[in-house]
Amino acid sequence: MSTDRSGQLDLDSVYRAEYGRCVATLTRLLGDITLAEEAVQDAFAVAVQKWHEAPPPNPGAWIVTTARNRAIDRLRRESTREARHAQALLLHQGDEPEEVGAVRDDQLRMIFTCCHPALSPLAQTALTLRLLGGLEVAQIARAYLVPEATVAQRIVRAKKKIRDAGIPYRVPDAAELPDRLTSVLTVLYLVFNEGYTSTSGELLRTDLCLEAVRLARALAELMPDEPEVIGLLALLLLTEARRPARVGPSGELVVLAEQDRSLWNRELIAEGHDLVRRCLRRARPGPYQLQAAINAVHTDGPATDWAQVLALYDQLLQHTPTPIVALNRAVAVAEVHGPAPALATIDELDLPGYHLLPATRADLLTRLGRTTDAIAAYDEAITLATNDTQRTFLQTRRARLGREARDDKER
Amino acid sequence: MKKYLLAVQFDESAPSPSEGEMQEQQARTAKVTAEMQSAGSWVFVGGLLPSHATTVVRPGNGTTTMTDGPFAETKEQLGGFWVIRCDDLDQALAWAEKCALACGAPIEVRPFEDAQWT
Repeated sequence: MSTDRSGQLDLDSVYRAEYGRCVATLTRLLGDITLAEEAVQDAFAVAVQKWHEAPPPNPGAWIVTTARNRAIDRLRRESTREARHAQALLLHQGDEPEEVGAVRDDQLRMIFTCCHPALSPLAQTALTLRLLGGLEVAQIARAYLVPEATVAQRIVRAKKKIRDAGIPYRVPDAAELPDRLTSVLTVLYLVFNEGYTSTSGELLRTDLCLEAVRLARALAELMPDEPEVIGLLALLLLTEARRPARVGPSGELVVLAEQDRSLWNRELIAEGHDLVRRCLRRARPGPYQLQAAINAVHTDGPATDWAQVLALYDQLLQHTPTPIVALNRAVAVAEVHGPAPALATIDELDLPGYHLLPATRADLLTRLGRTTDAIAAYDEAITLATNDTQRTFLQTRRARLGREARDDKER
Repeated sequence: MKKYLLAVQFDESAPSPSEGEMQEQQARTAKVTAEMQSAGSWVFVGGLLPSHATTVVRPGNGTTTMTDGPFAETKEQLGGFWVIRCDDLDQALAWAEKCALACGAPIEVRPFEDAQWT
């Protein structure tokens, strides 16, 4: 049980840890997400009053039992058809404690329901953070810089669609699994990415990174035999490990090559490397495993082995031939074969509105000594960048180039 | 069991298919319908004539007015539909995938109201 230094119960951390699990179980018992959430919130309200003296040994089980009893009380007071149906479901459940396996399956069902492709990508993300991560609507709104009312409305609408359209609360069967798992992994990946490089405002939103890692861990525990699930977890761990070195003392962006490696989290790196080795033994590569392997190379030893990185990008490009992968591969090409061939590979890329394309061009042009072209490319990248820290980084690079160009003229 | 409408959205501005293509398409959709019937999911199926044959009747001031043509002048019009009965949206979507491939047109999947008790 978590208590803070004054010996007081830390209900917030219990809430964060248990909310998702409890809602998942109650959804199975009640057959409805909204009813489940109300019951769990009721139970936490009871906990606030009762736990200050003697917190129960298993808070999650306590919340589930209390929530179920509160739900039965609530349903008895209502007399709608849905209420009677839900009450009948509830009363069929015995009083025996939940088995660990059943509770795990509840969470897995909930992940697949929240990330159902019939829901919009934004709704999938918001629902996952709310129902599995236990984040408040206000926190999600802050993280994505959208009004609270917008997030609340999206969540309400998504829950309504789940109920009305009959989106099932179950783990997809083997035939559907590959497609459905892809959308689950995409949601977790996007949540992490938004935390690691926010679309706007500050560079990092740490709570999103931590939440994505926590959910990826839970998914890996639930589906240990899916190589791409392990690959995603490894990718997130190896990226998260470098987070402390990613921002300098005055909040500025520090690129990989200039990072202070002593700030990297060795534990996360060791765990990530273990997982990548596990994937290699399985020999069923996929995009997340390959990206994890690339990050394993970046975090192995005192400097990056770029030839190995390039070989992995070649494989990744075969699996996922997207312009973004091609752009990232070009960075490795530059390190192995020099900036000129790298520039040639990105010249044909079409990525409208994506600031990293002109930013990469600018860097390659700088290295080739084509200062005027590089400045023009930086200007384009600065216009397109949406995040303050990235914009500042690009402006600093551009300013340095401008000075060098003037110095050259004077010489 | 829930009931779902699988509505075929035909692009009426596209050039009409040849006689042969039309027959092939009809054979494909008939095959999907037969599959639905043997799976016990089928409730109804019907193809509609293009929107040139449509008339809209509007209420107003206790009387009605009639206009020629479909309700909304859009490219995509309801071209036909299935009504199916299944356990959940995943099953309905699996049928919709088959229908979309058979018709070569987008399928809108909509649940019927209060299907839980029918």
